[in-house]
Amino acid sequence: MTIALSNMPWLETVVKIAKGENVGQNIQIILKTLGLPLAGILVFLMIWHAAASNINTSLGQFPGPADVVTQSKNLMNEHVTEREKAEAFYERQEKRNADRVAKDPDYVPKIRPYTGKPTYVDQIGTSLVTVLSGFFLASLIAVPLGIVIGLSSNLYSAFNPIIQIFKPVSPLAWLPLVTMVVSALYVTDDPMVPKSFVTSMITVMLCCLWPTVINTAVGVASISQDLKNVSQVLRLSYMTHVIKIVLPSSVPMMFTGLRLSLSIAWMVLIAAEMLAQNPGLGKFVWDEFQNGSSDSLGRIMVAVITIGLIGFLLDRIMLMIQRYVSWDKSATLR
Amino acid sequence: MTGLNTIRRAFIKSALVLAAGAATLGLPSVSAEEYAEKEELKFGFIKLTDMAPLAVAYEKGFFEDEGLYVTLEAQANWKVLLDRVIDGQLDGAHMLAGQPLGATIGFGTQAHIITAFSMDLNGNGITVSNDIWDQMKPNIPKDADGKPVHPIKADYLKPVVDKYKSEGKPFNMGMVFPVSTHNYELRYWLAAGGINPGYYAPHKGDSSGQINADALLSVTPPPQMPATLEAGTIYGYCVGEPWNQQAVFKGIGVPVITDYEIWKDNPEKVFGVSKEWADKYPITHKKVVKAMIRAAEWLDANNNANRPEAVKILSKPQYVGADYDVIANSMTGTFEYEKGDKREVPDFNVFFRYNATYPYYSDAIWYLTQMRRWGQIADEKSDDWFMETAKKVYRPDIYAAAAKELIAEGKLDAKDFPDFATETGFKAPQKGFIDGITYDGTKPNDYLKKFKIGLKGADKI
Repeated sequence: MTIALSNMPWLETVVKIAKGENVGQNIQIILKTLGLPLAGILVFLMIWHAAASNINTSLGQFPGPADVVTQSKNLMNEHVTEREKAEAFYERQEKRNADRVAKDPDYVPKIRPYTGKPTYVDQIGTSLVTVLSGFFLASLIAVPLGIVIGLSSNLYSAFNPIIQIFKPVSPLAWLPLVTMVVSALYVTDDPMVPKSFVTSMITVMLCCLWPTVINTAVGVASISQDLKNVSQVLRLSYMTHVIKIVLPSSVPMMFTGLRLSLSIAWMVLIAAEMLAQNPGLGKFVWDEFQNGSSDSLGRIMVAVITIGLIGFLLDRIMLMIQRYVSWDKSATLR
Repeated sequence: MTGLNTIRRAFIKSALVLAAGAATLGLPSVSAEEYAEKEELKFGFIKLTDMAPLAVAYEKGFFEDEGLYVTLEAQANWKVLLDRVIDGQLDGAHMLAGQPLGATIGFGTQAHIITAFSMDLNGNGITVSNDIWDQMKPNIPKDADGKPVHPIKADYLKPVVDKYKSEGKPFNMGMVFPVSTHNYELRYWLAAGGINPGYYAPHKGDSSGQINADALLSVTPPPQMPATLEAGTIYGYCVGEPWNQQAVFKGIGVPVITDYEIWKDNPEKVFGVSKEWADKYPITHKKVVKAMIRAAEWLDANNNANRPEAVKILSKPQYVGADYDVIANSMTGTFEYEKGDKREVPDFNVFFRYNATYPYYSDAIWYLTQMRRWGQIADEKSDDWFMETAKKVYRPDIYAAAAKELIAEGKLDAKDFPDFATETGFKAPQKGFIDGITYDGTKPNDYLKKFKIGLKGADKI
């Protein structure tokens, strides 16, 4: 939880109170920094609870906070049960392999992965891995591209229309194309990663490329003339210029872009998983919707909150990295 | 009758080969010596209660008993499922009986798909929205208790459809796939009541199936039926369970008839694999069929004693995922029509009784006759063509091999199966249709001539 703590000034204040500094004033600070968000959440929960009990769907009442807690417990229990089943599966398999080796000595025993369903925790894991790989792939392309077109106003003018046209394209439009292309090009008998993973990853990449490209380019283009002059006076080579001058001074803008990209990536991924039936949280939501059981809405609500929390955490992590690499420690970042 | 003779000869031949094989190996050890060529398999299914044999074979360890490591994966719709079987992403799947036939003759996607296992009989229903039910209810005769007399014929729906037609409003209904049982059943029911469900004309590029239609039928994936009905996009639908009972529970529609009443003990889903796959992995295929026969037997054993356990399995989110009560309604031998009007339909879902799992040629030919009747097969075909196509797709030889191994291993009894030495693959002429027409699988063209609405002889759209 260190990530969250570093963004919570109240903790610092608690330490100060413990040391006996300005106790009265510090208690006020705590009330403000900790109390207000808590009050906000409390009011939200109350409104949610009241509203939920008044919405009746054909699948029963809209899930309130209590249902979400129940369903979270259910999902965790299912996870535990499934893990136990997996254990039993491996035991049976080892026994069967041993039997077969006894009868057929040439047989090379092989342990096959568990064939049961992915649990909620597994789905979260799949989604996180997919979104991060898509995002890294996008960053690998977007940052260099942004720097190159940011350095040359001619290149910028040439690329700008393309970027502006592709930027607003929804993942749902890319998805069918990506699916078909991946199916056509990614043909192996024993694939290292599943096709569905590649499809989701590339869709995420295509959609979250643009904010990083644009922001990096803008950041690079707006380096102060003084710094450029310094670089020219020192006759820095192109690469040194980029590394020593361009990169450090465009970091804040670059990260603004990266943060935007990551939050887009996360939103895109859920949509892509839903539509393409690729494993992950999006598929979980869709499956539950299709099941239409009386628990479904509650479970979908659990997923909604999980998606929100993970999105929030991802953004906080990016913010921390940004603080760490940014040269201007005094700038307020939020 | 040449077709019949060839079938009989093929049977005798395969029986001899098997007997010889069993004699050399010593009976009980037949399967112990054989191992599947492919042990890790992925099967697709659609969220319907009739996928039960797959779920049961997995959960009860029947697949593992055969040394198969199977993953079951729900698919978005029938088209995706079929495409994934064709391109090899799935090893096999729970399919509509019409899918392997349609694919093999090239209606829709062209691919040679075969089946050696029929998954169930019956299990579907037709549901109309509350609004339509209120309009057709006055036309339906009532019994002494004031309850509607079943089966409810489409004759009572006809005035409603006529009213919509005269007002220039389209009467939309949903079914799950152009070659689905549901499409043919809905069409059969409508046509029996004098409502024309429309024709297909693939040779003219028309695959909507709405030419000359009184009621316009379109495709909606099964799990989305209730939501589409609730949204008012369609006024009624034909779908498998639990999606009819779901409409009752949600209070959005009323099931009017089950397919058991349209055609008593009609064949429904099959387990389909591509021909290429079956040729490449014959032992695996046989083992899969063995596991599924055991699962089907388990489902019907001791007068459906295992059904509550099966319902519990099916209500898990990774399988059908609907509430226990919704699935139990039809799986345990009852069916709820109008809310509160629960009636006994003990054979609503049949998985093993009446040789339900045996892939009868006559079942295949019935589907082909309906494809011809509604123009999916555009031109006249000879009786021989019907036989040959059925034999290309339905493979009782593989079924027989699997069943005989199960008998030899002592897992099942020979009396659970048809007598493989004499079975022709044709059921005796069947009578249990809602319009009283008799179906004889050996004379498909004569059968087509008996229908008032529908293509026959050299008719062409």
